[in-house]
Amino acid sequence: MTDYTSYPYLAARLQRAQPGDDQQARTGKAVRLTPGRLPAGARLIGPLLLLFVWEAASRLGILSAYTLTAPSTAVVTGYEMLADGMLLPHLMASAGRAYAGLFLGVTVGVLLALLSGLTRSGEALIDGVVQIKRAVPTLALVPLVIIWLGIGEAMKIFLIFTAVLVPVYINTHAALRGIDIGHVELARTLGLTRGEFIRKVALPGALPGFFVSLRLAVTLCWTALVVLELINTQTGIGYLMNRARDWGQTDVIVVGIFIYAILGLVSDTVVRLIEARALAYRRALGA
Amino acid sequence: MNVHTSSFSSVSLRNLSRGFGDKTILKDITLEIPKGQFVALLGESGSGKTTLLRALAGLDDDAVTEGEFRRPDNTSVLFQDARLLPWMSVIDNLTLGLRRSDAKATARTMLEAVGLGDKADVWPSTLSGGQKQRAALARSLLRRPELLLADEPFGALDALTRIRMHGLLFHLVEQTKPAVVLVTHDVDEALLLSDRILVLRDGRIAEDHQVDLPHPRSPGHPVLMELRRMLLTSFGVEQNLI
Repeated sequence: MTDYTSYPYLAARLQRAQPGDDQQARTGKAVRLTPGRLPAGARLIGPLLLLFVWEAASRLGILSAYTLTAPSTAVVTGYEMLADGMLLPHLMASAGRAYAGLFLGVTVGVLLALLSGLTRSGEALIDGVVQIKRAVPTLALVPLVIIWLGIGEAMKIFLIFTAVLVPVYINTHAALRGIDIGHVELARTLGLTRGEFIRKVALPGALPGFFVSLRLAVTLCWTALVVLELINTQTGIGYLMNRARDWGQTDVIVVGIFIYAILGLVSDTVVRLIEARALAYRRALGA
Repeated sequence: MNVHTSSFSSVSLRNLSRGFGDKTILKDITLEIPKGQFVALLGESGSGKTTLLRALAGLDDDAVTEGEFRRPDNTSVLFQDARLLPWMSVIDNLTLGLRRSDAKATARTMLEAVGLGDKADVWPSTLSGGQKQRAALARSLLRRPELLLADEPFGALDALTRIRMHGLLFHLVEQTKPAVVLVTHDVDEALLLSDRILVLRDGRIAEDHQVDLPHPRSPGHPVLMELRRMLLTSFGVEQNLI
């Protein structure tokens, strides 16, 4: 063994250094600066509490049925409407419009974002126009689109399409523009062709931004629908709700609201699942 | 016209200048690197090492050469950060841009050589810093470059990993013998690995040392010790303080 007697400090350190010293030296727990992860399902606590308070207020007579139906009543009404076959055709009609608009909006939005994000002339031609469209509320276009396309289905789908187009374009374009310059340099030094660069570097890099836009779009396509289904139609959830307003049926209105909420949550979950698969490399962190 | 070209040189560069705004970073750099030579490029922070390397890599469109600039088409770059694309498996990162039919097989052999044989199909984010840099090294050398440009490739690694990487880099470079330009601020790294040490100062190549010692080298070799002392003194580092 080494003789440490002439180095009193080292000798003392060596004697004191026992396993477990490190743990003792740390006093208390580390300060947590960010909130921890929620356990599965904990996200539902807020909505369930809201439903509970709502139901309780209705039962105790604080909320009159004329102001707002109890959620339980709405569930019963909804079930009856489903059972007698009245709800489904309206739901299908609305879904048809919403998803036709969504499909067109996402397709064209991504195409425009690609043109604008990957070419200079594309950006010069497209970006300004979409930014202007962004500043104009969708509903402000209604009168004009009615003149162009009439008051039928085409008008409704077109307006949903324009509403969805904007967030899809903005997020996907931003993701393409925000590509890591280090990756561009790498592609140059590896001698990638433009096509290879777009397929293997630019598009995968923009995918997270695209999924953000898709999550916005799947709920957005339904929001415009309520108002649009005021115009010349006998079908759709929006039509049902507006007719219920005329007849003072708050239970039917609440059924409509529930349908929107459920559709929104389900759509968002589906997109998240696809996203988790497509971006599996992100979860691998620390695996 | 400048017609000083030799078939023995890998890189030949005449009067390269580069400024940012009115600040001159590189001034009339002239450089000849023979084939297979391992050059270490030393300099303090801001001396223009990286700027020179980026110009050599063809990544700097604003660098001006008044004279000749020749470098092999087959040039690989090793960056300080490994720059693996996170959405591709390690093996796909290695073969990115390769059009040879045997690319996959060669890449696997290369991964074995850098000790990552079992990591071919994992995501890069699961690798440690040293493993990432080994994968990046494999990607560079897989292309059998005639010139390897490395920009402080081990700068972000811990001291032990760095020592292992030195050995690995030297061993792999020995096999295919590309010319190497290694940008580093680590004098000892330069002394151990290189055949020639260039010191960049005030935008010019201020010193040019040949290190013609055989490998493997011991850091305690008197010639290296003397060169080390000279280099550190020229950087203004006072020794014998500790």
